[in-house]
Amino acid sequence: MSAAAEAPIPTPSVLARLSRPRPLVVLILLMWVPLVTYVMFGHLIGPSRDILLVPAVPATLILYVLAMRAWWESKIAVIGATMVFFWMLMAVSAPYLPLIDPNQPIAPFTLPFTEKNGIFFWLGTDFKGRDMLSRAIWGCQRVIVWGVTATLVAYVVGTAFGLIAGYLGGWWDEIISFLANVLLSFPVMVLFILILNYLGQSGFNIVIAVTFASAPAIMRIVRGLALDIKSRDYVYAAQTRGEHPIWIMVIELLPNVRGPIIVDACLRLGYTTVAITTLTFLGLGLQPPDPDWGLMIKEAANTAMIFKFSYMLIIPALSVSSLILGFNLMADGLREMSLRD
Amino acid sequence: MAKLLLRRLGQMVLIMAVVSLILFIVFDSDKFKKQIAVNELGGFGVQALTEQEYENWLTSKGLNVPFYVRYVDWVGDVLRGDFGFSFEKNTAVGPLLAERLVATGILGFWVFALMIPIALTTGVVAGMKEGSVQDRTVSFISVLTTSIPEIATAIFLTVVFALGLGWLPTKSAMTQGFDWTQLVLPVATLVLYDFGYVARMTRASMAEVMISQYIRTAILKGIPYRRVIMRHALRNALIAPFTVIVLQLNWLLSGVVVVEVFFQYNGFGRLLLDAALFGDIYVIQAATLVAVFIAVFSQIISDVGYTLLNPRIRFS
Repeated sequence: MSAAAEAPIPTPSVLARLSRPRPLVVLILLMWVPLVTYVMFGHLIGPSRDILLVPAVPATLILYVLAMRAWWESKIAVIGATMVFFWMLMAVSAPYLPLIDPNQPIAPFTLPFTEKNGIFFWLGTDFKGRDMLSRAIWGCQRVIVWGVTATLVAYVVGTAFGLIAGYLGGWWDEIISFLANVLLSFPVMVLFILILNYLGQSGFNIVIAVTFASAPAIMRIVRGLALDIKSRDYVYAAQTRGEHPIWIMVIELLPNVRGPIIVDACLRLGYTTVAITTLTFLGLGLQPPDPDWGLMIKEAANTAMIFKFSYMLIIPALSVSSLILGFNLMADGLREMSLRD
Repeated sequence: MAKLLLRRLGQMVLIMAVVSLILFIVFDSDKFKKQIAVNELGGFGVQALTEQEYENWLTSKGLNVPFYVRYVDWVGDVLRGDFGFSFEKNTAVGPLLAERLVATGILGFWVFALMIPIALTTGVVAGMKEGSVQDRTVSFISVLTTSIPEIATAIFLTVVFALGLGWLPTKSAMTQGFDWTQLVLPVATLVLYDFGYVARMTRASMAEVMISQYIRTAILKGIPYRRVIMRHALRNALIAPFTVIVLQLNWLLSGVVVVEVFFQYNGFGRLLLDAALFGDIYVIQAATLVAVFIAVFSQIISDVGYTLLNPRIRFS
């Protein structure tokens, strides 16, 4: 019959259409830009800043669904992504959740699951009487925003230098490689302590410190990849067309080093999260009073070293561990999938 | 071989010279001099000083000499074995640093003494049969333990074994002389965090060897499985983990900072952090030099060791 012959071309589902590169980029920006603005510049905007995060919440949820759809074949990646997106969702929706103000002292040393002053504390309060549940959830905002930003900047810098060193070679390579060797010969923590002590302690300086510490290693990876790709025919073709070296690096080389870098980036996100938490614990990172997992550990370690109050240590420790485990499992899953293809 | 070694050692000296010069330039700023003054005399004390008195104070500490003069003096002193004077602790840097390095050395020794056998055994057992139950278990445990940062591991161990069960002390300051019970938690924290990485590397190396032709041949020849593993597979499978283990020395210098601060263990990491927060420049200089030396030297050892262990590279 003609009806069967003229079967309509199946229209792609909404989810499939959203998985295309362009909508994906838009979704990521919708999630990321408000969150970064909120955390980094929120104090400049004032009380109306809560509106900022409205588009980020649905964008995060849609991205989670898309990630589940794309990575369904790898159980590890699904578990990892679930953990990461849980904290991501907490970060973007913190202002809308029915939480007590994280900086408001109410009832010091209230144990978890008890009621005091007419308020039920699920996870208890800390030594100043601030709600632990609220502080744990608000704390993830700063860790995620500064951690991801620092990793991102380190990647941009490391990739740029790696492409230059690998593609141009010669003196460029000699100088960049020597500088990278100097930086790589520091134990990471020593480098962090020196840089943050010199620049002062703030989120932006953490970004700089992480860039100094991570970019050399990233540069080495990209340099190796660029050296390999440099001798391919399509690069020769571009050179013969007389294109500018910068153009060749961005158009021909960059898309081909992307794959191996993404898995490495997931692992490095974990390292950076550890570094930020540890630095705050050492008193070198983000400053009080806003909640932060490292800060919560530092304060509890000084005030509540008793078994009864150990929840003050356990809660931030569990939170940071679950986020890092999420990043690592995601990296493992992605590597597994890239090997299978 | 000797030429390569000399080149690497020369590179190391160059890096150390560059690093120490940068540190002298960085710590020459007025901000840092002020920081030292505030830490030593107190905030009000510094404000009460007149311009002239502040200058006198700087002169008494030898801080108003230009940094390049101080740098040249310092290099001469270091070559004679004198590492300068600590502003904060009021002692010579050399003996102070030596004492702290011994403390961290004890910690590091036990970490390696426990980590290497555990990591190698679990890694080899996992790599013998890829995808088996033992492989999955080891992989899962190693991902889990390396995902938990040292600070969190330290907390979990402290809460369970020190606060909960009361078996071990919470702090490791060793104020009443050496006490091995205070060493258990810091060592356990570092071992738990580190063994997973080495175990995964060993597993990957072992798994690669197990699918190679000569192992299949050995098994098909009828050699007992135990003997194939012990005599044929291990020799090649343990080359890569060797380099990884030596490189862990570099990691240890970073890792000890947070563990030593959390457990208040008086070692190298705490010394470095205290010095950085105080602005104690000669201690920072000496500690950084030691750190860079250990990091680069362990890299050289791992490269040389890899060449010596691997005949394919040695004879080519």
